[in-house]
Amino acid sequence: MKEVFVVSDNIISPLGFTTTENFKQLTKSVSGVQLQNRKDISAESFYASLFNQDALFLTDKIRDRYTKFEQILIASIQTAIDDAGIDVTTKKTILIICSTKGNISLLESEENNAVLKKRITLPASAALIADYFHFNQQPLVISNACISGLLGIVTAMRLIQSGQFENVVVAGADVITKFILSGFQSFQAISPAPCKPFDAERDGINLGEGAATIVLSSNKKSEKGIRVIGGATSNDANHISGPSRTGIELNQVIQKALKEAAIDASKIDFISAHGTATIYNDEMEAKAMHLAGMEQVPVNSLKGYFGHTLGAAGLIESIITIQQMRDKIILPTKGFQEMGVAKPVNITKTLVHSELRHCLKIASGFGGCNGAAVFGSY
Amino acid sequence: MELQYSAAIKRSKKTDLIAEKTILASCVISNNTVYKNSRPLFNSPDADLPAFLVNAYTHFKIDYPKFYKMDTLSKLGWLASEMLLAGENRVNSFQPDEIGIILSNANASLDTDIKHFNTLQGIASPAIFVYTLPNIMIGEICIRNNFKGENAFFVSSSFDAEFTESYISKLLDRQILKLCICGWVDLLETDYKAVLFLVGFGKEGQDILFTKDNIEQIFSGQSHADAG
Repeated sequence: MKEVFVVSDNIISPLGFTTTENFKQLTKSVSGVQLQNRKDISAESFYASLFNQDALFLTDKIRDRYTKFEQILIASIQTAIDDAGIDVTTKKTILIICSTKGNISLLESEENNAVLKKRITLPASAALIADYFHFNQQPLVISNACISGLLGIVTAMRLIQSGQFENVVVAGADVITKFILSGFQSFQAISPAPCKPFDAERDGINLGEGAATIVLSSNKKSEKGIRVIGGATSNDANHISGPSRTGIELNQVIQKALKEAAIDASKIDFISAHGTATIYNDEMEAKAMHLAGMEQVPVNSLKGYFGHTLGAAGLIESIITIQQMRDKIILPTKGFQEMGVAKPVNITKTLVHSELRHCLKIASGFGGCNGAAVFGSY
Repeated sequence: MELQYSAAIKRSKKTDLIAEKTILASCVISNNTVYKNSRPLFNSPDADLPAFLVNAYTHFKIDYPKFYKMDTLSKLGWLASEMLLAGENRVNSFQPDEIGIILSNANASLDTDIKHFNTLQGIASPAIFVYTLPNIMIGEICIRNNFKGENAFFVSSSFDAEFTESYISKLLDRQILKLCICGWVDLLETDYKAVLFLVGFGKEGQDILFTKDNIEQIFSGQSHADAG
């Protein structure tokens, strides 16, 4: 099987428009989560990480042709493929777009008619974006709740391993709208303050918007770098809107990802958790880490910096994990103070300098889905 | 059954040839008709889709009260999975994490998205909002059957038989999965279609090979026996 190398990446978030800018902000403990007074999204103010309403992502000439969702994706993909130096117009390169709700805001702003019903679909956005870059292959679209971005990486890994493609450009994005916020509010899942992952006082999530891209390839770009060495998904088969009470199924994907990576749990130097700061998610993840024998491994959640960026979260958090590996840094978990899960795990509180050879990224979402990926340095 | 499957897998290892993947069963729901393995099992011509699905649920004497809580897309996919799996005892030969579900459609959850959007003037309902993700349908099928393997939801403007065949075949060849439910479950307002395949190793009786052409033929209804 072919090896899968990370050749470039990009994050476009309210904290910055490159991976480096975003990472720099995180090392300075800057968060994108702010109190938002956005009457177009909610009558009440709320905490979230949102782009300024006057933020510009593309040049004047082309901006008007695309929705905000597509603009942030195009901006992110452009930076990542320029940096990768790959030819996207060959048959050996494919684009994967990951999102939960894509252009759903068009329901709020446009008249509901036949044209809208085509324009609003994820394949319509994916086709426009693929055309913009002249991808030869028809893009794939993944919409699998909050593991969409991570599932994009796992899918890309498999397409490269099998030799079907040489390069896969995996991009994910979500834009926060009234549609999404109202839904999470109806679940009483939104924290009234900046979120506190794994903390005793945690009381829910902050939403966030952003786009991220990772270019994976069977051709390594440099002598030293990061590979994707394992990945898997599973289903809890328990509840559509609540995680497993045992963490068994998340542990199951962790085990499958480790097996594929051909390493055991003791080799994992760091875990990037989903860490949404809801009571049940964080509890379940802690249980899974215990089942995996990883209770001593340093863990962080990035939700306190980016909010929950939904379909982009798995990508953004994987890219930050990769950047941590490059810079030999583990970032603290913003918002975490006091252990708030029954099975204590090693949640980071301060910035630590540490060699990271193998890192694990995990995620879970509505529908009972779980995902895991293992990154290794070479 | 289990012996047969391991024999098929072993054979492939020994000779380094890829074992035959077969369509162990298929279910199509379209034009107010439920087909299993291309034979019509039930039809209810004058009902709209929600009524048709309830009629089919009642007709097949299924007892699963959660069915009524599902949105129409999940009801459609879930009912198709019930018909797909009915009488398929080979499913019992596998561990929960060896059985996966990989589905696709064109409109994701747009049918329910519009319903959630229409509540925004008043109070949003978590019971509707949770269904504004297409993979919830996968969760519903997993909960019913205790399937815990690989799951993924792809969205494409039309059914991509080639990708379905190649992606799922590789998951089976690598034994990431030993059995997979895959296919297409799409719904937007009055347009709908569900086509599910149960795919695994080993060929018995009427099993047909899991090839792009066979998938396409079942998808397009060319293999359907006459209704009657």
